[in-house]
Amino acid sequence: MAKRVLLIEDEPNIIEAICFILSRDGWTVHTHEDGATAMAKVLALPPDMIILDVMLPGRSGFEILRELRSTDATRDIPVMMLTARGQDKDRELALRLGATHFMTKPFSNTEVREHVRAMMDA
Amino acid sequence: MNIPPMTGTRIREKRVDLGLRQASLAAAVGISPSYLNLIEHNRRRIGGKLLAALARELGMEAATLSDGADSHLIDQLRAAASLIGEKAEITRADDLATRYPGWSALITTQARRIAVLDERLRALSDRMAHDPFLATALHDVISAVTAIRSTAAILVSQEQIDADWQRRFHENIHNDSLRLGKSSEALIAYLEAPDDASQSPETPMGQVDAYLAQNGHHLASLEQPGADVRAMVTASGLKGAAAALLGGIGKQYADDARALPMGPFVQACQELDYDPAKLCARFGVDFATILRRLPCLPPDGGHPLMGLAVCDAAGVLMYLKPVPGFAMQATGGACPLWPLFTALSRPSQPLRAMAVLPGPAAAPLLCYAIALPITQHQFDMPPVLRSYMLVLPGPADSTTPAIPVGVSCRICPRAACASRREPAIVGLSPDATTL
Repeated sequence: MAKRVLLIEDEPNIIEAICFILSRDGWTVHTHEDGATAMAKVLALPPDMIILDVMLPGRSGFEILRELRSTDATRDIPVMMLTARGQDKDRELALRLGATHFMTKPFSNTEVREHVRAMMDA
Repeated sequence: MNIPPMTGTRIREKRVDLGLRQASLAAAVGISPSYLNLIEHNRRRIGGKLLAALARELGMEAATLSDGADSHLIDQLRAAASLIGEKAEITRADDLATRYPGWSALITTQARRIAVLDERLRALSDRMAHDPFLATALHDVISAVTAIRSTAAILVSQEQIDADWQRRFHENIHNDSLRLGKSSEALIAYLEAPDDASQSPETPMGQVDAYLAQNGHHLASLEQPGADVRAMVTASGLKGAAAALLGGIGKQYADDARALPMGPFVQACQELDYDPAKLCARFGVDFATILRRLPCLPPDGGHPLMGLAVCDAAGVLMYLKPVPGFAMQATGGACPLWPLFTALSRPSQPLRAMAVLPGPAAAPLLCYAIALPITQHQFDMPPVLRSYMLVLPGPADSTTPAIPVGVSCRICPRAACASRREPAIVGLSPDATTL
């Protein structure tokens, strides 16, 4: 059974591109665009890994990450945060809150594939 | 006539600069070389004809030789050292100002300019880091670039992509490129500096300070009944935030002028020897009004030079009238020992204290201070306090101990001060605490 990736991101064209890339690589990709209801989506699935944007409508990616790490059911799910290039403070905060990895926008498709593979293999 | 001890040093330096031998100069003014030697080492006080003769031979004004440089210029040099002069020989600021007044003025001008640019840089950094519009606009640009890059990479890969997906990706790239164009234009428009800000040489407070200093802190147009603050601001030529700041100061000035009309106030000042407590009793106004009004006496009226500092409850200086011998650090933290700050811990209690700045030529200053609420009392809200401090030359016969204050820690030689919050810059001798 294909592993499930949940992509929490509000930019439709980024969602479409990442879905295409990861689907081609054999993952089942679920998407969610709203920060406020993202936690419910995670608990309902739950996914094998999460790709989580920082800037989301309703609730920031950092807040979601904090709750993921403090909830028993989601504590161990690998999370890759998407941050903007040059935002060192965002990256430091993401790692401090328990992100497994972070990737900076704009990213290459190869990076996405390799990081997702590496996180699932770990 | 008392001559400050540095006079001899200045005579010696000027003689050496001119390449004159001690014996030649001594002969030219009719004294022995050994006597001139004692003078040059500040072991004999001189004045009158001999001082005038030496000044003539050295090509200087006698006053410059005896008094040294403009004390305001020396204060400004010390302030410049506190900002940028890690290795400045701060104890020799008066030498520098005396020997090279032009270069000294250049240093102080540049230091002020650097301070203005630093402040602007801080404001821009804050804007870059915390401006919500900028954060959103950058997010839009990065999101569009990310989507375009990722989608374009899919299209140029060697993988087989069916026609429907290809069409969707082409449309996405087209839409994202349009979005990127709009986001970039909005960003450029937002970041473009307005003309007046780019050409303005000073911060708004700096522009107001310059205008007030130019007028000796006496706003003649606001002394008349029916004074028009708006007209005064328009006539000042200041714009934007500077005009708003001047408007606030002007309104307070006009209110004070109505409460204490200049004619009777000047007469009372002279009768009561500029004593704020007696003036307060004479006119029946609050103490702060007197403290604000005294430094506004006409600068050409023969009144004592009086400085004024006003700060808020956080100790941030909101108004400063420096006078020779009195200076405070407007940015980066002033000395907390000034009565201006002590008054904040005792609201409504007038304070009278002597204070003295460091340095061999520093004269004691008489300070009057009071902190008052400027808003109505409210439950569950702390009062909004303003603290006012008037500074006058201290009476010569005062026996009251003076509080050893400083301009700022970085240029203060008082090594053992319990209020020190950062080390003094290199060049200040701890021994200077005894000065």
